[in-house]
Amino acid sequence: MLGKLDWSAIPTDQPIPLVAAGIVALMMLGVAVIITRKGWWTILWHDWITSVDHKKIGVMYVLLALVMLVRGFVDALMMRSQQAIAAGNHAGFLPPEHYNQIFSAHGTIMIFFVAMTFMVGLMNFVVPLQIGARDVAFPILNSVSFWLTAAGVLLLNLSLVIGEFSRTGWLAYPPLSELAYSPQVGVDYYLWSLQISGVGTLLSGINLTATILKLRTKGMGYMRMPIFCWTALASNLLIIAAFPILTATFAMLLLDRYLGFHFFTNDFGGNAMMYINLIWAWGHPEVYILILPAFGVFSEVISTFSGKPLFGYRSMAAATMAICVLSFMVWLHHFFTMGASADVNGFFGVMTMIIAVPTGVKIFNWLFTLYGGTVRFSVPLMWALGFMVTFVIGGMTGVLLAIPPVDFITHNSLFLVAHFHNVIIGGVLFGAFAGYNYWFPKAFGFTLDERWGRAVFWCWLTGFYLAFMPLYLLGLMGATRRMQHYADTSWQPLMWVALAGALCICAGIVCTVIQLVVSIRTREQRRDRTGDPWDGRALEWSTPSPPPEWNFATPVQVMAPDHFWRTKHDHLPLPGGPDLPAASSIAMPRPSATGFFVAFFAVGLGFGMVWHIWWMAIAALLGIVAVVLALAWRTVDDTVVAGADVAAFYAGRETA
Amino acid sequence: MSAVMEDPVQTVTVPVPRSERGPLPTRVVVTYGMWLFLLSDIVMFAAFFAAFVVLRDHTAGGPDGRALFDRDQVLLETACLLFSSFSCAMLGLAVEYRSKLASYASAVITLILGAAFMAFELTEFAQMIADGAGPDRSAFLSGFFALVGLHGVHVVAGMFWLVVMLAQVATLGFSQKVVRRLLCFSLFWHALDIVWVGVFTVVYLGAFT
Repeated sequence: MLGKLDWSAIPTDQPIPLVAAGIVALMMLGVAVIITRKGWWTILWHDWITSVDHKKIGVMYVLLALVMLVRGFVDALMMRSQQAIAAGNHAGFLPPEHYNQIFSAHGTIMIFFVAMTFMVGLMNFVVPLQIGARDVAFPILNSVSFWLTAAGVLLLNLSLVIGEFSRTGWLAYPPLSELAYSPQVGVDYYLWSLQISGVGTLLSGINLTATILKLRTKGMGYMRMPIFCWTALASNLLIIAAFPILTATFAMLLLDRYLGFHFFTNDFGGNAMMYINLIWAWGHPEVYILILPAFGVFSEVISTFSGKPLFGYRSMAAATMAICVLSFMVWLHHFFTMGASADVNGFFGVMTMIIAVPTGVKIFNWLFTLYGGTVRFSVPLMWALGFMVTFVIGGMTGVLLAIPPVDFITHNSLFLVAHFHNVIIGGVLFGAFAGYNYWFPKAFGFTLDERWGRAVFWCWLTGFYLAFMPLYLLGLMGATRRMQHYADTSWQPLMWVALAGALCICAGIVCTVIQLVVSIRTREQRRDRTGDPWDGRALEWSTPSPPPEWNFATPVQVMAPDHFWRTKHDHLPLPGGPDLPAASSIAMPRPSATGFFVAFFAVGLGFGMVWHIWWMAIAALLGIVAVVLALAWRTVDDTVVAGADVAAFYAGRETA
Repeated sequence: MSAVMEDPVQTVTVPVPRSERGPLPTRVVVTYGMWLFLLSDIVMFAAFFAAFVVLRDHTAGGPDGRALFDRDQVLLETACLLFSSFSCAMLGLAVEYRSKLASYASAVITLILGAAFMAFELTEFAQMIADGAGPDRSAFLSGFFALVGLHGVHVVAGMFWLVVMLAQVATLGFSQKVVRRLLCFSLFWHALDIVWVGVFTVVYLGAFT
């Protein structure tokens, strides 16, 4: 009846996951109590859970990413503590099988549910506003995408208390991840969680690509789009081209594990190296899916806070698209040691160095944008400056690793770990925080506290250097990644420094929470009444903060790049404002619970498959079909916002 | 020549570039989204094609394609699917003329041909498994069953979609939404044909080279 599931699945012998799960359960209970007391359930359901508004979905994505950042960071703290202790005769406090789950969960969560989720959230929120659209191309699909991501998150976190998580690293290389060597449910949790959220990501990629290519407002030619839209376009094109490969690869591993196929097994002619090739054919573009939107954020931030148009706009767009194409031609540099010929390794080494060129172009463009500008050192710009210094270091160690003979020495070492944290923290995460501080007032109508924002930045920057510079050295001294224990006690002092760095980052995360709380408490003093707190350039700043559901009351006619900036300085009326006194009515898509219910059944599908509870999986699949069919027969798709209500919204803002 | 002489002052109107003409109608946006989905679907198939080609010779001492495939049967199977694309195009015409009867007829023909295709495929699968040449026999057979099976799953999903669309035409008539969905369906069905041409060439013909 319940497949492989029984009481032994609850890890009663391991205190850490149980205590963690208990704390999470208490926190959820606390939130539920607060919501019930304030009577917010209906608001939550109508205004958020069933909302198809791209802005609200974007906010929910970012919130999900921030929560998962805490989860992934707790894993990181445990790893750093373990490595600080477990040298020589000390075994540390984490047994190997638990340690292996922790580093697997850390990587999986940080890439898929923090970096990815954060960037998709920012793109969702910003892109339609920047191109002058009222919503994305497929609003209900957008809600489905978000909730599928949330379903993946839920499934992954379920593994904390019911069963266990994968022990096979964040990419689950076979043959270790095959049934013969990982007969437990950990790998299945990993695979189903990522398959479900991967479908969400793919649908979101299709949605945003169609939005950017087909829904730009009048006059918004390609060469007038803000650079963030260019980078979002490149990133979403990469999602469309790369995520199906991930789905296919995981599907093959699932067939191996569930139906006895032999794609990657050791016997019957399976080929494990094919998995490594396929997964990196997705994995390398994925790196650029993450970093390109961050580049877009920095472009917006740097030109806004320098008070200048972006230097080299065309070269920036060209560099973005060049990276988009080149990102598919470098995947083999992740496994130079596979044993391909010197020519093959040489080709991929050279391609990897070439891809650094458009990235370099971008760095110089940002520098020249700052040069001669009236620079305001606000929090978003500090993240951007911290990024430029840090990312250049990470980029250079990347080019170093692109040299195959060097890679043979540093492969799978802590040097590599330091490199990719250098570019992902220094690039993607700094970009995420820059975007968070930059667009927060647009989303909520008040700015974030600057002083605590600076504290967050300095904690992260110091913490990053303390935590990862020692890892470069340790890597060169011979330390490999994923060590639960090491014999050479001369590595220990540097491990202590790294732990100090992790604690520093921990302080940064605490400051993030304080910044949010302080800002909410003092929101009346920091209210953004203009809709344009930073003297911004792109169209999103022409709307009130927070923007109305319909974004723009009238279609925007764009005449030039940085159109909003120009109208502002020529004292022309705001683009997209209402045609008062009698505003015209606006048709907006109706809310839909489709996304929520699809995700609900998707969790059931994943859980049933993980534990071999076939009836549950089949029932859940039928549930998904039923929900989609119910939507197919829905007759009324839009609600109409009356012209009087539109006019009242804008009038209310003026008197406020 | 004379026209120019009569009207020496010419007003030159620069057409607005396509990229600056503003948002496109829903029909275009929806079908464009469908195209993007199909492209992603084809990338997924590409991964399975790549895996099949890599594993083609990894028969692990078991049978290879030459010993297993019946070319005549596959030719008939292929004909079923290709003709179903023709009837699917007829469905498009029937929808264009808003003729329910013609739509039902061409849809039913499409369904019958799709079912015949699936019958051929499933008989082949059943025969192979009965002969001890199932997907667990060798990496080559894993690649074969996964690639051809994935296509089969798509065909079954497409047939289900078509049945749903018939019900939609019956209950909702040719509303704009239903017509858009039929358009997307036909894109999907034709794409499956294109993928099958690849399967036929690479998997079946490829086994005899």
